[in-house]
Amino acid sequence: MPKTGVRAQTISVKDLPPEKFTRLDEYINSLPSTKGALIDIIYKAQEIFGFLPREVLLHIARKMGISGAEVFGVVSFYTNFTMNPQGLHTISVCMGTACFVKGAPALAQRLQEKLGIHEGETTKDGLFTLKNLRCVGACGLAPVVMIDDKIYGRLTVAELDQIIESYQKEAAGVAH
Amino acid sequence: MRINTLEQLKEQRIQAEKTIQNRIFGQPSARPEVLIGMATCGIAAGAGEVKEAIEEELERLKLTDIKIVPVGCIGYCHSEPLVQVNLPGQPPVLYGNVDAAKAREIVKGHLVGQQLLADGITEPNFERVNLEEAKAFEPTGQRKQLRIALRNCGVIDPTSIDEYIAGHGYEALGKALTQMTPETVIDTVKRSGLRGRGGGGFPTGLKWEFTRKSRPGVQKYIFCNADEGDPGAFMDRSVLEGDPHSVLEAMAIGGYAIGASTGVIYIRAEYPLAIKRLKTAIAQAKEYGLLGGNLFGTGFNFDIELRYGAGAFVCGEETSLINSAEGKRGEPSNKPPFPSESGFWGQPTCVNNVETYANVAPIILNGGDWFAAIGTERSKGTKVFALAGKVNNVGLVEVPMGTTLREIIYEIGGGIKDGHRFKAVQTGGPSGGVITEDYLDTPIDYESLKAIDSIMGSGGMIVMDETDCMVNIAKYYLEFTQDESCGKCTPCRVGTKRLHEILERITEGKAEMADIDKLTKLARTIKDAALCGLGQTAPNPVLSTLKFFENEYLQHIQEHYCATGSCKALVKYSIDKERCIGCTACAKACPVKCISGEVKKVHAIDQTKCIQCGACFTTCKFGAVIKP
Repeated sequence: MPKTGVRAQTISVKDLPPEKFTRLDEYINSLPSTKGALIDIIYKAQEIFGFLPREVLLHIARKMGISGAEVFGVVSFYTNFTMNPQGLHTISVCMGTACFVKGAPALAQRLQEKLGIHEGETTKDGLFTLKNLRCVGACGLAPVVMIDDKIYGRLTVAELDQIIESYQKEAAGVAH
Repeated sequence: MRINTLEQLKEQRIQAEKTIQNRIFGQPSARPEVLIGMATCGIAAGAGEVKEAIEEELERLKLTDIKIVPVGCIGYCHSEPLVQVNLPGQPPVLYGNVDAAKAREIVKGHLVGQQLLADGITEPNFERVNLEEAKAFEPTGQRKQLRIALRNCGVIDPTSIDEYIAGHGYEALGKALTQMTPETVIDTVKRSGLRGRGGGGFPTGLKWEFTRKSRPGVQKYIFCNADEGDPGAFMDRSVLEGDPHSVLEAMAIGGYAIGASTGVIYIRAEYPLAIKRLKTAIAQAKEYGLLGGNLFGTGFNFDIELRYGAGAFVCGEETSLINSAEGKRGEPSNKPPFPSESGFWGQPTCVNNVETYANVAPIILNGGDWFAAIGTERSKGTKVFALAGKVNNVGLVEVPMGTTLREIIYEIGGGIKDGHRFKAVQTGGPSGGVITEDYLDTPIDYESLKAIDSIMGSGGMIVMDETDCMVNIAKYYLEFTQDESCGKCTPCRVGTKRLHEILERITEGKAEMADIDKLTKLARTIKDAALCGLGQTAPNPVLSTLKFFENEYLQHIQEHYCATGSCKALVKYSIDKERCIGCTACAKACPVKCISGEVKKVHAIDQTKCIQCGACFTTCKFGAVIKP
């Protein structure tokens, strides 16, 4: 697996829809207390915005009365949070030990070649984001690749190619 | 409906037993049922479609009295999706690798035709014993498994509290609250010898006692560590998905014992199905009055809330987990103070793992001595292992402590896949080590695994054969720990990175002999100096592989040779001219089209284009593609 270097960079997006901020505020206001709820709030924000641009992090900080650095510190600590826009589909290769010994590295390498991106990056057309995943716990199906919520098990490189192509075709079909 | 007394609960059980019959003890049922394994892995393998096909077929044949029961993990992960047929007066029959077509066949042939289809299994290799009889369990022949923690997994419908109650569910809680003092509960758990199943192996009863005695009278918390992060371990997921009530019940018992009215389950967000099942179970338990206020009319209040992990392996460490549950970065804190003195919001907190909890209710019901009679001298009861890797029967295995690795791998696991040779088994994930053939007859318990430089850990067990490179495996684990290090302490943050760099040099054939020394010294330093368990155990895979497979390290360094061909930089695929028959299979499999040759003539690989993916190697049936 190649390293992506700095895991997170703050992206600034000035023109985020105000109604999304309203939805986030409604959620925060509905909590009995914001004590200890930072991670839940960040999850909610990511669900609403799709990712976590700088403005959203600062908004959360102001709303909770804590420093922006504290919010940023939590966001950058956990791998489930992302400060980059995500592709339409997220492809994750399971890198659990069972998958590793059964050929996951070859699948990961093939994906990088085929899509021309590294782990953590999104294709130019915005179709795929590539991620590594630490064990989905379906070791009986190793090696496993997860596309969005769907798990593909006992995969070979050739099958993976076909699956990716089917997603690409589907996206092309939608575009026409 | 609300259950206020133990008598009411028992009445409810008798009612519930009528609906599920004696499914739990594997006795013939009185009414036809079809069980479908619908844990995450089952669903991923297509159990959803199988269920639909069976429903359609039953509908079509107007068989309305046959009940379909979605259950959790049955344990035969290698043959998912799984369907079990229970017919009145007959032993249950298990079918593996079921697809929609086969599901229809099962309905027509077995449910209607009453004929056992050719590939049905009537004797699964685990004992579904009545828990009272477990003490007398003698592993014999194929029946090596004894299920205590997994007693309900794959048997009951995890979304039905009544099915849980039918197997004496919540009776242990009722017994503890109405007939035992917190001290006797702790004493029972202490006597049982139950030790932490998350990896540490700390005596559970002692942990409860410490938390109970710490700062009497203040608010306390009981935590469930469901942040199963060890790659290759999935027993906690299976318990949560297949039997969520057993965890809730045990947490309530623990809460009573230590004096806590709030339980917190810290669970990985990567386990959506487990979260869903837990939420359902909590709502049901509240509705029945088995969670909430005034349980069993004793005035004891207990509630459970969920906190979600956000993807950090270090959060399995208890102090990190508590920090994360408070919404902070999941960094570990110095111990002491231990969580039993100052944990969640500075209050005394007890953290136990999912599998540990799954053992508690049977212990309370049957007594500490009952549990202590199973297992070895210092490791009592059973342990669940997630058997995976190059073994035929991948799956969840629960065996009495003291079972040997050979029994697990060869008798339960069915031996090594594709006729390969056993090389090593990794236990304990990134914190553990490898065990070689010489030690296969070691009886498994906490002490004996430690004595051979491995650990029990959470119970991941990855089998490797001669095609796996041990240096590469060590590098894999270091890559993992390096990535997952929280960065708070230098030995772990910088040390694991340097270890990984040295391993990378070795796998690329760029290392020198002096690197072996550096590797060993650095590994020992990190072990001694790191702040928490993650760092202290991170070098274990390196030290362990170095100890048992030193010559592989030397081969990489001195001869630039990786015997297994796993190390990409050292591998070179070529075609054996003698063996190649020109079948073109390799050329078809090659994703970059670097293999050329005509039909029935010897092929050749263009080394400049080859991406070393190994597709040709795995495709060739004649052993004509060779590496390294």
